[in-house]
Amino acid sequence: MNSTNSTRVLRVLVTTVASDSHSWNLVYLQLMLEEMGHIVDNLGPCAPVDEMIARCLESRPDLVVVSSVNGHGYADGMRLISTLRSHRDLRGIPVVIGGKLGIHGTENQDHTDRLLLAGFDAVFSDGGGLRSFESFVRQLPAGAA
Amino acid sequence: MRCTVTVTEPGSAPVAAPPPSAPSVRYGAFANFISMARAAGELVVQPRMGMCDPKQMRAGLLATKLARATTVGTITLDSFTRTGDLAAVRSALRDGVDLNGYPIVTYGPERTREMLRGICEEGFPVQIRHGSPAPKDIVATLMRAGIDATEGGPVSYCLPYSRTPLRESVLNWARSAEMLSEFRGVGVEPHLETFGGCMLGQLCPPSLLVALSVLEGMFFHQHGLRSISLSYAQQTHAGQDQEALLAMHRLAGELFTDIDWHVVVYTYMGVYPNTERGALRLLGEAAELAVRGGAARLIVKTAAEAHRIPTIAENVQALEYAANVATGTERSDIIGTPPESEIYRQASDLVHAVRELHADIGVALRMAFDRGYLDVPYCLHPDNAGRARTKLTEDGRLVWSRVGAMPIKPPRSGWATTELGSAELLAALSYVARRCDEEAAQLGTLPAAERGQVE
Ligand code: B12
Repeated sequence: MNSTNSTRVLRVLVTTVASDSHSWNLVYLQLMLEEMGHIVDNLGPCAPVDEMIARCLESRPDLVVVSSVNGHGYADGMRLISTLRSHRDLRGIPVVIGGKLGIHGTENQDHTDRLLLAGFDAVFSDGGGLRSFESFVRQLPAGAA
Repeated sequence: MRCTVTVTEPGSAPVAAPPPSAPSVRYGAFANFISMARAAGELVVQPRMGMCDPKQMRAGLLATKLARATTVGTITLDSFTRTGDLAAVRSALRDGVDLNGYPIVTYGPERTREMLRGICEEGFPVQIRHGSPAPKDIVATLMRAGIDATEGGPVSYCLPYSRTPLRESVLNWARSAEMLSEFRGVGVEPHLETFGGCMLGQLCPPSLLVALSVLEGMFFHQHGLRSISLSYAQQTHAGQDQEALLAMHRLAGELFTDIDWHVVVYTYMGVYPNTERGALRLLGEAAELAVRGGAARLIVKTAAEAHRIPTIAENVQALEYAANVATGTERSDIIGTPPESEIYRQASDLVHAVRELHADIGVALRMAFDRGYLDVPYCLHPDNAGRARTKLTEDGRLVWSRVGAMPIKPPRSGWATTELGSAELLAALSYVARRCDEEAAQLGTLPAAERGQVE
């Protein structure tokens, strides 16, 4: 465990996009974050945007992690983030997305740029994403939102 | 217990399929094709193909038809259509965003029929594969497009695919199965395949997969279907999978005495090997399993599986590779399940425990999940008890480590209780992929393919 940040316990909302039913990714991310010492609320597969927003408004997580692998992550992620950021109270919550976001395998820089522009704080494309995700999480202060 | 079912050559049905009731009703293109291939002793191979663009979809089906193998076609639907979000389909098509499948409801029956023109004639059947717990519109569209085969199930298209309450999925699937059965009104006996032998694709022990497949088959039968297929997805150990297929044939032979049925094997549905050689190795093992286990049909996976939606060429490669291996594989002489089969005993106990809950299989399935008699490991769906867990043994068998309330007897050593951590979970999920990548790298050749091509 990282000694400098070991006291910061984050409340993390793990979710996916509305069309994505894959759940092993969610189970895995939950375990990984819990092992880092954080508290995870896992919304499960096919979570509708409205449900995710309601949960954010109610529990004000310190971080929202969106994971998608079905190839619709870009299209669905764009809708998700614009809806989320349109809520005044949710503008400051760190929100990241990762997984297999398109259907062509290679990282699509254009998609990444657009997702960032639309309001994600970080985009972790498949492959080497987990390491940088871990360091991203370690940088976060608790109670940021 | 005496072993009653004889698993015969793939050429002849384990149970003689009776003709559809009315003399004017004929088996649909799909069921008919499978039974003819079976009679000829050929394994049918089928892709998991689904393209967004109708031109591409047509090209893919044509390439499937022309592949050097005994093939049937697949149209796999996209995730927006699966979840009923047709507005998202429209905006994706408008914005030129690629979907992960063919949006059949949005294109509609006329355009789909046009897409299929000339392809489905001469007995090349096509099946729709989707993953929807509310398939009414999908089934209505495919029927109007003239397609007589699809896939699903009240449990298997709900738990792994949605957060829809099981109760609703059961009602939806009852209605949809009845609707599909109405094909009989125009003289065609439709075909429905259960996805119950796959569920979340990995870490679900064979006995539960066999039981769910059989139970969904019974559900289809109760709602009017007379031609069904039972699926089983390749798991972590070839010997265990073979036993599971024999158990499935035996159970199905006991329960489906007056309908047409066959067994379909799915090439591994969990985390796939990274390398092309590793991927083909796993596919070769699936083809061998299908032949040895007496299956009539195999659904293949491509070398792109671990990475992205495959191209048409990758699909053709997989079909031909699997067909080659199948041709070079000898059927073993194992007849029926060994009397001691633990997989058969567990599957049979599960099926009977569920049947005893209620005469209506749909209601019984709901009650079974409610009580935890059926409990899919690692499934996050709210209607799944979520107490069951699994582990891999040293020799790669997939076994229970915890059964929750399921009517399964504990092994002599008792249940393990430890939960997997993230690294252990990933290791278990990647066990098959790692083994195949490593073995393929060590061998440096594709042994299964060579064997297939010797003929
Ligand atoms: C198991 C599986 C299924 C199961 C899922 C069961 C369940 N409920 O989870 C079943 C069989 C039901 C299924 C269904 C479908 N699947 Co699927 N599935 C897979 C498979 C084989 C393994 C996925 C898995 O379990 N991985 C294990 C977990 C732990 O890892 P992971 O998901 O890969 O995530 C890792 C990284 O991506 C990363 N990561 C993920 N998210 C995030 C987020 C952040 C922030 C970070 C930092 C990292 C990160 O970390 C994880 C650990 O390394 C993959 C192919 C493969 N990988 O071999 C296809 C795959 C993901 N499926 C795919 C598709 C398209 C579908 C379907 C739409 C059917 C179809 N058209 O083929 C449906 C889904 C329907 C829907 N509504 O979405 C495609 C996606 C294509 C693409 N993106 O280009 C894949 C790649 C297969 C393929 N090549 O076609 N699937």
